[in-house]
Amino acid sequence: MKTNLKFRRVAAIGAGMTPFRRRMLETPQEMAWEASRRALDEAGLELRDIDCVVIGSAPDAFDGVHMKGEYLAHGAGGVMRPSSRVYVGGATGVMTAIAGWYHVASGMCKKVLAVAEEKMSTGRPHPQAVFRYIWDPITEKPLNPNLIWIFAMEMHRYMFVNKVSKEEIALVSVKNKRNAASNPYAQLGGEITVDDVLRSEVLVWPVQLLDVSPVSDGAAAMVFVDGDIARRYTDTPIWVEGVGWTLDNTSWPNRELAYPRYLENAARMAYRMAGIERPQKEIDVVEPYDPFDYKELHHLEGLMLAKRGEAPLLLKEGFFDKDGDIPSSPSGGLLGVGNPIAAAGLMKVISIYWQLKGTAGKMQVKRPVHTGVAQAWGDLMQASTVMVMRN
Amino acid sequence: MENVGIVGIGWYGFSTNVHDLSFREMMFEAAQRAFYDAGGMNPREQVDAFISCQEDFWEGISISDEFAPDPVGGAMRPTMTVAGDGLQGLAHGFMLINSGVADVVVVESHAKPSDILTFPEIVELAMDPVYVREAKIPNYHFIAGLDATKFMHRTGVSREDLAEVVIKNRASGLKTGRAPHASLLSKEDVLSQEAVVYPLTRVDIARPVDGAVVVVLASETFARKFNDTPIWITGIGFATDNSNLELARLGDALYTRKASSLAFSMARLESPLKVNGLFVDDRYSYKELQHVEALGVTNVAEKFREGYFHEGSYLPVNPKGGHLAKGYPLEASGLSLVLDAVEYMREGASSAIVASWRGIPTFTGGVAVMQR
Repeated sequence: MKTNLKFRRVAAIGAGMTPFRRRMLETPQEMAWEASRRALDEAGLELRDIDCVVIGSAPDAFDGVHMKGEYLAHGAGGVMRPSSRVYVGGATGVMTAIAGWYHVASGMCKKVLAVAEEKMSTGRPHPQAVFRYIWDPITEKPLNPNLIWIFAMEMHRYMFVNKVSKEEIALVSVKNKRNAASNPYAQLGGEITVDDVLRSEVLVWPVQLLDVSPVSDGAAAMVFVDGDIARRYTDTPIWVEGVGWTLDNTSWPNRELAYPRYLENAARMAYRMAGIERPQKEIDVVEPYDPFDYKELHHLEGLMLAKRGEAPLLLKEGFFDKDGDIPSSPSGGLLGVGNPIAAAGLMKVISIYWQLKGTAGKMQVKRPVHTGVAQAWGDLMQASTVMVMRN
Repeated sequence: MENVGIVGIGWYGFSTNVHDLSFREMMFEAAQRAFYDAGGMNPREQVDAFISCQEDFWEGISISDEFAPDPVGGAMRPTMTVAGDGLQGLAHGFMLINSGVADVVVVESHAKPSDILTFPEIVELAMDPVYVREAKIPNYHFIAGLDATKFMHRTGVSREDLAEVVIKNRASGLKTGRAPHASLLSKEDVLSQEAVVYPLTRVDIARPVDGAVVVVLASETFARKFNDTPIWITGIGFATDNSNLELARLGDALYTRKASSLAFSMARLESPLKVNGLFVDDRYSYKELQHVEALGVTNVAEKFREGYFHEGSYLPVNPKGGHLAKGYPLEASGLSLVLDAVEYMREGASSAIVASWRGIPTFTGGVAVMQR
């Protein structure tokens, strides 16, 4: 992988989100616009100042619209300008930010609006039904698998290989929902206990209701600008210093599910670009993708912030708490804030952006932070996207 | 910005029904040919990033992106999907190279419309669910009909001119091995057809076709490692005019105007008349002239009647037949025009412009300026 750093510097100067809720009354276009407007307001820009628009959204079937990028272009401000949609399943949110980065870094655009939107509430009878058609049409679809099944397999494998208990994993849910209580955009913040998680309804063993993030509607947007002009708009630009993304092959049944090797690849790409050699020492705050509680631990290991199988131990010691050494998901993550797929990924980047800028309000972590990492994950347990930012 | 070279290109299909290969096998075959064309490169070692261009509903698979990496060699590598036309994917590849994150990028796009049993219903799902879809439109070509009528009224293009476009393109297609709809037609053949939606008849409307196209892009530094005569992309742009049919200004391809102004300024091209060929989307016969006009050619009706755009004249338009002869492979349509342009330039022409469109009901297109 070539990362020779000849690229232009790129700064994030604004971000905005809609609240994440089970059912928003706005249309997808309206939600995209609300997030975009807030991001533009924070950046001090108007839509006419924007050169290009990048749109991120996961399966079209959620919103029930074919060519969803075209449809969303109207709400996201992508009319009469270059506008395109990027897509890597659940990892789309961070990929949207990465695409925003390379639109600027390549010199193609000076000011880019990156918008991610998802409206899952329109899925009938349940958004889970959309996942019935993500499988190989010949070898897997006839078995009618459910997404929670395969994640149950992954969780089980992770627990078995690393000798992790359900109690240890439940701590992630407890931490994230607690963090989300101070997030004004959050759908499911609150104080719960490990017992609550263990007593919640079993969906597919070992996955229980409180191990899983909720179904949500929401949108998020960010403004990225050329480093040369960033200080015209803000005194505190946040710099995008590293990006990485990797897709593993399609055949998930052949994969060792206990460790996300594809994430390590993506992280190495981003770290190399950002000049990070010892991630655990150099990274101050992290937003790993946590649609399930075990995924946060899985991803912390893939991001090399913990050795393989060591993340549960560090979590128990408070290493990843809001006042710990590397606060993990200080926003409350998907488990607490909600999971409108692509928007949730971009929310992770926005959370790091606000932390580094020092404007995270009640979510702000205690110790000073200078380097943050946001990550998302998707497809058939095969895609990961990583972004490193510094202030 | 640095120029980006097309160092390899491969295709498979361009048949109305590729019945013996799945879409993944088609991707693999096209990729093999592209890597062979790029001097027998090894994609597992020599490619930095992969881009696939596809849409879920065309594939019949939710998150169809999952199937992108394996057939093109992109597993465990930076692979992503641009949910758009292949030319937008090409622009993303161009940006990846110029941002310094990659030196060699593979852009892939494919289509298997023969697997789609409910084509008009899928197109209908791309329309606004609140305002347009509820209207229960019986035939989605009506949008093209409105657009064509307004365009013809404004520019003086006549029904005979459209027939001439059909005759020119379907005849030009006979020269390539990729044109299942190529034929020799007379003006009477075209004009005697019944209108599907006025002013368009069955032969004015291109049909979807199965096909896969893979393009290998490389930076200036790396291009000659793979190919002695790369085709350079000196300018590229894309734009969306409007995403809502009810608000769109019909009769003019504003997206091509916007995209071409970006691409031309990047390529420092003063006028489209300075290149040797135009490869524009002609899914509907009038679209060819509309796109040519939007590229900045004035008085298209007069120029067309003078034979300006015919092969061997000043500025051949779609000398390989365009979509009317080849069919349009959905999201690979833009890349199929790039493929025509690359072949055309390898035969001796020194420059070309490609202009793509995403089809009904979108107002999105891309433009690339290419030089040898």
